[in-house]
Amino acid sequence: MKSDDSDKPGKPGKPARQPTPATLTRRAFIKGAGAAAATVASLGAIASADAAGEADAANSNGVIERLGPDAQTFELNINAKMMQVTAEPRVTLLGVLRDQLGLTGTKLVCDRGACGACTVHLDGRPVTSCMVLASRARGHQITTIEGLGTPGRMHPVQSAFVANDALQCGFCTPGMVMSVAAELNRNPAAGLDDIKHAVAGNICRCGTYPHVFKAALQAAGFKTRGRPPGGSA
Amino acid sequence: MGRQVTLKFGFAGDVRDVTVVLPDGEPIPWQWGERFSVLRKETPRIDGPLKATGSARYSYDIQMPGMLYGAILRSPYAHAMVRSVDLSGARQQSGVIAALRVEDNEVRFAGQEVAAVAAVSPEVATHALRHIKVEYTPLPFVVDTDQAMAAEAPKVFGNRSNLADPRVTSVGDVTRAFSEAAAVHEALYTTPVQTHVSLETHGAVASWKDDELTVWCSTQGVFAVRDDLSVLFELPPDKVRVITEYLGGGFGSKFGAGAEVVIAARLARLAGAPVKLMLPRGAEHVATGNRPSSSQRVKLGAGADGKLTAIELTSHGSGGIGGGSGVSGPYRSVYPCANVHIEERDVYLNAGPSSPMRAPGWVQGTFTLELAMDELARKLKLDRLEFRRGNNLNPVRAAEFELGAQRFGWAEKSAVVVKSPGGRSGHLRRGIAVASCAWHSLGGSGPEAIAVARRDGRFEVRVGTQDIGTGTRTVLAMVAAEELGMPLGAVTSQIGDTRFPFSVPSGGSSTSPSDSPAIRQAAAHLKQKLFRIAAPMLGAEPGDLEARDATIRVRFEPARAVAMAEVCRRIPGDSISAEGERVPNYQGFRNDQAGCQFAEVEVDIETGVVRVLKVVAVHDAGLIIDPLTARSQVNGGVIMGIGFALFENRRLDPQTGLMVNPTMDDYKLPGPLDTPDIDVTFVEVANGVTNTGVIGLGEAAHVCSTAVVACAVSDAVGVPMRDLPITPDRVLAALGKV
Repeated sequence: MKSDDSDKPGKPGKPARQPTPATLTRRAFIKGAGAAAATVASLGAIASADAAGEADAANSNGVIERLGPDAQTFELNINAKMMQVTAEPRVTLLGVLRDQLGLTGTKLVCDRGACGACTVHLDGRPVTSCMVLASRARGHQITTIEGLGTPGRMHPVQSAFVANDALQCGFCTPGMVMSVAAELNRNPAAGLDDIKHAVAGNICRCGTYPHVFKAALQAAGFKTRGRPPGGSA
Repeated sequence: MGRQVTLKFGFAGDVRDVTVVLPDGEPIPWQWGERFSVLRKETPRIDGPLKATGSARYSYDIQMPGMLYGAILRSPYAHAMVRSVDLSGARQQSGVIAALRVEDNEVRFAGQEVAAVAAVSPEVATHALRHIKVEYTPLPFVVDTDQAMAAEAPKVFGNRSNLADPRVTSVGDVTRAFSEAAAVHEALYTTPVQTHVSLETHGAVASWKDDELTVWCSTQGVFAVRDDLSVLFELPPDKVRVITEYLGGGFGSKFGAGAEVVIAARLARLAGAPVKLMLPRGAEHVATGNRPSSSQRVKLGAGADGKLTAIELTSHGSGGIGGGSGVSGPYRSVYPCANVHIEERDVYLNAGPSSPMRAPGWVQGTFTLELAMDELARKLKLDRLEFRRGNNLNPVRAAEFELGAQRFGWAEKSAVVVKSPGGRSGHLRRGIAVASCAWHSLGGSGPEAIAVARRDGRFEVRVGTQDIGTGTRTVLAMVAAEELGMPLGAVTSQIGDTRFPFSVPSGGSSTSPSDSPAIRQAAAHLKQKLFRIAAPMLGAEPGDLEARDATIRVRFEPARAVAMAEVCRRIPGDSISAEGERVPNYQGFRNDQAGCQFAEVEVDIETGVVRVLKVVAVHDAGLIIDPLTARSQVNGGVIMGIGFALFENRRLDPQTGLMVNPTMDDYKLPGPLDTPDIDVTFVEVANGVTNTGVIGLGEAAHVCSTAVVACAVSDAVGVPMRDLPITPDRVLAALGKV
């Protein structure tokens, strides 16, 4: 089973994340249906999945856990706070962030991991939250755009986006910011090519990319001069 | 009535005294060489922090207590009679609160709205659609333009022909002009259907309180939506409130109340609860608008002197069940010609309706005109830039050609075009091109505005416009700050609500040119009120005062001054306000808008893949209020042009009428890695048609971006690429490799 972001379009050259049984994602789920390499756990999940989202999956201890079809209450670690959510197995991480927790900064745009607008950090790595089932985000540290900074206390990447006008309608912006922030956490000395590849999977219909590159390079300058406050793990 | 003033208007190299007649109450227009303290400085947008932190509230982000989620069932048939709709199965689903059918008995495209539900979660609503039983009688349909034009084709609208009557324009005698021309070029060009792909899909949150309807709508025109809903629900306009705090793109597709907005309001009334209904991506592609296709037969003739003598354009295209496929705008206005014959026809298909899309018609027409100009230039053995210069009468564009050619290095690149880096045996070929554009976004009358000064020294301007992404809040606050002599930080602007003074939809790049003069007039009137408060404080007449550097002072006696904050503290009550209106454009220096772009591309002749390396964009945008956000708009125009040139193509399956690629991966959009180096230059023109002289930029910057890329690819491969998008298979076919 592959993790979500390793095959996210436009993240070429990234090392695939260590296989983690607990990160069953929609993409892996769909891929699994046709992939001979699917693990026993995910095959089991596919076999018992139905339209209402009933699914079996191995949890992080390797124990097969039966979920659904009814909603279950569980906790997610979001922006360094444990938050209680009640969700059916079919509900995505994006769904609970927006509809239950009111964290509406993260946007639904393509609903299939193709545009990057719903990018959040899962254990510090960028993932498209429309492709992660909420129940599978348990046990991970989730950082959303709201956890990165606030209008009064922006993360350096956010400040650089504002200063360089790296946003127009602003709908892709949270995802774009999260992709850049993750890249700079991983690679504080990122250059233009690194930046371009980091946001390669983030689509902006306003075509604001040139200013995104400038902003990211400016923020990278900040990063190499010292770690900014408020960054995610 | 009104007064005459003589001011300096024009652009560098041609500034003249122009007399304009100003209506009563209109401030003296800003003229050439005006000194500004706030305007023309790179200014980060004031709502940037909200957008960068995810705090900006889009209609899609609105949440209300007890809010339900709507979903729409759409026809799987491209053409059918709806015999019956049984909602009972959906209503029985746990969590479904309301269901309705759309009262259309005939569906004319796959994806047309049939029924809808409101439920406690988006997942429950979407799932419940499967339990609606619809009986259809499928009818013959047609989704191919050529087939639709055949006499025996299935008809989209009853017995009406699928081919609309032609719109004909004829000037001079083209037949004779062609027979006398030194060179004639004729060819057929095609462009596909493009969809807008606004990242925020169409939709709304609708909420009723008694007989009052409030709608947070993803729209480019809050007042247009209000008017539509007021008619449909038979409510007085003041019982409908439409709010758009932030808008996630529109590009022309979000005027008026679409079916999804009406359905949201109907569901909310049925359910007795607020309903959020935002479209899924697939429906957004299929049902909310598109740029119509075109098939353009172009014939150009020129004399031995390189002057165009004849233009003939015969085109048809389809916006599905909508019209608007005309493309002739550029043919009528870019290069003057004495003999012009144009025939255009809409073709109807069983496909989703068209809607305006960023420079509607002009993008398609400019692509064909510019490529045909290149082909004719080669026949005449003329440099492509020289050929255009020789056929250009617009002095602003002449200056832009000069500037652009320099910045791009046209002469050097033409002389030593590195057609194949790595030598002749290499697989990369480079090409260059230049294209002209014309546009006309001067705005017009309609908007009204209010400017408010508070006792605490803060200012606010209000106008019921909306920010489609260009930075409207910022530029309006900048204009007010300039007029009031205040720093930008002292002024906030309130937009996006029909409770504010009326404004026009954000279309035709008219938001800034239409709204900024109304804001400036309101601020000027407010300033006069503040002068009346300040006059006794300074022992002067109000007419002798000016506002500068956050003070009010006696003109020519800067020492006699009082801080604006002091004056505001003397405001009786909490605040004072003044109104402004947008007066009609006056007769100024120029009322058109010129631009040009240059491009360099690299084509891999083994794979057919095109890479755009460099674009130089030179545009007239009147007074540039904020060069930073203005540049963003031009970058975006160029990049969207690359998408239409190289990638975007809505495909319909002829067997089913369904869209084959209604996603954001199968429908290819330009991404970060497709972005070239973009060099933006503005030629400022003080046009003297409004008190601000601001011109819209969003469309002007996009008109020729597709053309210049297509022309550069054609130059690189040595074959005119007359069909968009220029995908690798088409490049290889042009090279005879497949």
